[in-house]
Formats: sequence, C-alpha cells, structure tokens
Amino acid sequence: MTAPALTLDLLRLVSRWSLPAAVHAGRFSFFAVDLVRGLADWRIWVPRMFEQTNNLFYGSLFIVMLVAGFAGAVTSLQTGYQFTGQLPLYVAGGIIVQSMVLELGPVLTGLILAGRIGARYAAELGTMRVTEQIDALESLGRSPVTHLLLPRIVAGIVAIPALVMAANAFGITVGYVIAIGSLGLSYADFQTGAHYFFRPLDLYYSAIKSYAFAAAVTVIPCYIGYHTQQGAEGVGRATTQAVVSACVTILVLDTVLTKLILGSAQ
Amino acid sequence: MIELVNVSKRFVQHVVLDGVSLQVQQGETLALLGPSGVGKSVLLKHIIALIKPDTGDVIVDGLHVPRLKRDELSELRSRIGYVFQNGALFDSMNVFENIRLGITNEDQYRDPDYCQQRVKECLRLVNLAADVAEKMPSELSGGMRKRVGIARAIAGRPRYLLYDEPTSGLDPVNADVIDSLIERLQQELGVTSVVVTHDVRGSFRVADRIALLWQAKIRAVGTAEEILASRDPAVQQFLERDLEMAVIQAESESSSSPQAPGPSPQGGVGGSG
Repeated sequence: MTAPALTLDLLRLVSRWSLPAAVHAGRFSFFAVDLVRGLADWRIWVPRMFEQTNNLFYGSLFIVMLVAGFAGAVTSLQTGYQFTGQLPLYVAGGIIVQSMVLELGPVLTGLILAGRIGARYAAELGTMRVTEQIDALESLGRSPVTHLLLPRIVAGIVAIPALVMAANAFGITVGYVIAIGSLGLSYADFQTGAHYFFRPLDLYYSAIKSYAFAAAVTVIPCYIGYHTQQGAEGVGRATTQAVVSACVTILVLDTVLTKLILGSAQ
Repeated sequence: MIELVNVSKRFVQHVVLDGVSLQVQQGETLALLGPSGVGKSVLLKHIIALIKPDTGDVIVDGLHVPRLKRDELSELRSRIGYVFQNGALFDSMNVFENIRLGITNEDQYRDPDYCQQRVKECLRLVNLAADVAEKMPSELSGGMRKRVGIARAIAGRPRYLLYDEPTSGLDPVNADVIDSLIERLQQELGVTSVVVTHDVRGSFRVADRIALLWQAKIRAVGTAEEILASRDPAVQQFLERDLEMAVIQAESESSSSPQAPGPSPQGGVGGSG
C-alpha cells in the first residue's frame, strides 16, 4: 500500500470514530445545559420526582439487599478461608466492613441499578421518543426536561445513595452473622476490627462514589433513551447501549475516584 | 395566520422540502395532500418547531418560529393544537390525564374542578362518553385513540389545529366520523386548521383550500374546484390514483358486508367540490 493511500485510510478511520464522538459531545453538552436550566421549574419536576423516588427506592430495595447480603456472606467466608490461623480473628471484622463500605456496597449496587434502572429509563424514554410521545409533550408547550428527565435523574440521585447505605449496612450485618457461624467471631472482636481499620474518610468516600454512580446510572440512560431513533430496533439498541455505557462509566469512576480520594489520603 | 416562506429541509442526502412557500389564512382549513412519504408531516412539524428548516422561515401570528426563544416557543405552542398520526397518547396515563395535559394554562391545569369540566367537555366535542376518561390508551380502539388525540389538542383552546393524517389506518366509516369531527370543530371553535392527509375524498370534504405537495415542492394550491379543474399532470395523476384506490376500497367494503354504508368517492368529491 502506498503512503498517501495509507494516510487516507488512517484519516477515514479517525474520522469514523471522532465524528460520532464529537456529535455526542455536542449533544450531551446541550442536554446538560437543558437539565441545569430546567431545575428552575421546580414546581413541575419536584412532585413527579417524589413519585419516581418512591418507585425507584422500594422497587429496587429487594434486589439490592439480596446482592449485598450475598456479597457480605462471601466476603466473610473468603476472609475465613484466607486468614484463619494467620491473623488475629478481629481482622475479619475490619475486612468485612471495609470491603462492603469501600467497594462492594457502592459498586455492586451501582452495577445492579445500571441494569435495573438504566434499562428501564432508556426503554421508557426511547419508546416515548419513537411513538412521538415526547414530540406530543413539546407540542403542548411542555418541557420534556422538567416532565420526564429531571424527575428521573433527581430521583436516582436521592434514592441510589440511600440504597448504597442500606446495602452497606445489610452486607456488613450478613457478613457478621456468617462470621459468627463459620469463624466463631465474637461481637467484641468484630467491633474491635471494625473500629481499628475504620476512618471517617471511608464513609465520605463511599457516599461520594454512590452519588457519582447515581449520576451515571440516571443521566447516561436518560440521554441515550431521549435521543433514540429508528423504531423498536432503536429502542432495543438504546437500552443495551445505556446499560453497557452506565456499567463502564461506573467502573471508570470507581478507579478515578479511588485514585483521587484514597490515593491522596495515603 | 401561518406562513411558510421558501422552506427547505434535507435529511442527510434526501431533500424533503425544497423551497416550499405556503400561506394559511386566519379561520380557514387547508388540506395538505400528497403521496405517502413525500414530507407532509415534516412540513407540519415545522409550524410548531418540532423540526427546524435548513433555510427559509416559518411565521405564525407574525412570530418567526425558528428564531423563537424557549419561553416564546412554549407560549406559541400553547396556542396550537397538534393531532399526531397515531395519537401519541401518553401510555402511562389514563385518558383523563392525557387530555388534562393539553390544558396549557398552568392555573387552569392546577384547578381540579376546571380540569374535570374541561376534559368532559372535550370528550363530548369528539363524541366520546365521559366514562372513557378512566380508560388507559391501550384499552382504546384506533378511532377512539385518534379522537382522544383530538380532544387533547383542543383542551387548551388553541387558535390553530394541525392534524397529521387524522384518518390514516381507519376504515371508511371511522374516517368519515373523523372528517365530520374536523368539520364540526372548525365550525364550533372557529380555529385555523391544517390537515395533512393523502385521502383526497376526505380533504375535499373538510378543507376550504387544498395544497398538493409533490416531489418536495408545493405543486398546486386552490379550492376543491380549482384542484379538480387543474391540468397539471402531477395533480391529475395523484387525484386519479387516489380516487381509483377509493373505488376499489369501497367495492371491497360493499362485497364483504352488503349492509355497510359504502361511501362513494365521487359523491364525496362532488359534495364539497
């Protein structure tokens, strides 16, 4: 292949990726500006937000608790398997609490909700877009941002951190109960371990992560669902894309926030 | 008054509208005819800025629609009722809530008594029983959905009504019901209407003037008589094809159910033309 032809192919390859990325960047910027502007119309989005928060919190509570419970149980069993006889027993208390609060609670809850809430938001908004319901709302002089997007996004930002905290607490409780049975850990040992390794920053870190994940789980699917095109196939594609994008964003945010918050505290 | 001035729109390489100019006078009903997929709905969506033109201008009540700010556009839209092709009803809300959302005045929207009364009135205007208000859109037939869509569009007492294929997908009897409804709303509410359709017979019945959109341009505009008398081959071709289809449809209706009132397309055209 000649050098000019190779250059042309490379340019085509770059433009094939960069052009859609630029379009998304521009569209997302307008979307974000619209969201911020829409906050002023609180009389419209606040009542709808309470309804969404209720649905989101109670609808997700069971699955979040289930996953957190199993995560706490497995952490407890693996701690026993790896450290029994090598470290003091109270260390298990510290490992269970730290694992749940720092990583398993926020990340597992985020990933579960990316599937449950992200898919739902993208499919709902995508269907509304392709069946002209969003156009109908606009034609009535009503803003889709305040009627559809802000109630969903703010509901997520309110409910998801609460779910993460509940998951942390439940996972730790289950982990402790399993540790009593399998390791013979006493409450005093558990408390000693938990206190010994705990720093207040850990709780802030967990809360910051949960807010960041809540934004990822709600904003990305709403953005993708809102811009759905091409009928039923488009809704399917948007739903898959929303879940995958939200999950990947959670993992990236997890790494970045860990480096930024815990990295600077070392 | 609605005015489209030299409006052009293309989607990627496909030119949908090419320098379209059209005026709709206050109080008149204009039918926009044309084959399926020619861009009639795209043109209609330009009037309420659901789509913005690449070039040209859309003027409603002296306002330049593509240049309006968010609040101004919202205010203008509250004066325009838009009836979507498939109803576009909010499927998570019942009929009452759907029609209530059409009440564009915020104070009235928050008044439960006014909303009850207005929804009932709108249902009556579109010949639907008051108990339909409790139903979900999924429980309605196609014709009922269209009528609820019209009820939602008129709930805010608009000055303009835009109908996007109001009779498509309906049997001739239901199509006649919707056509009668458009005529009656025009008389009772005195609104200015634009009806996008490919149904020649229905458009001749409801419209004061007819425009034919053909190959991205307005090919002819005039009263039913003027359109019927047109020597333009495109106009003649479109009218002939549509009337042939109407005859075939009427024949198949009458052969499948002899008692059914088979509408005569010639009679429909002659009735208003």
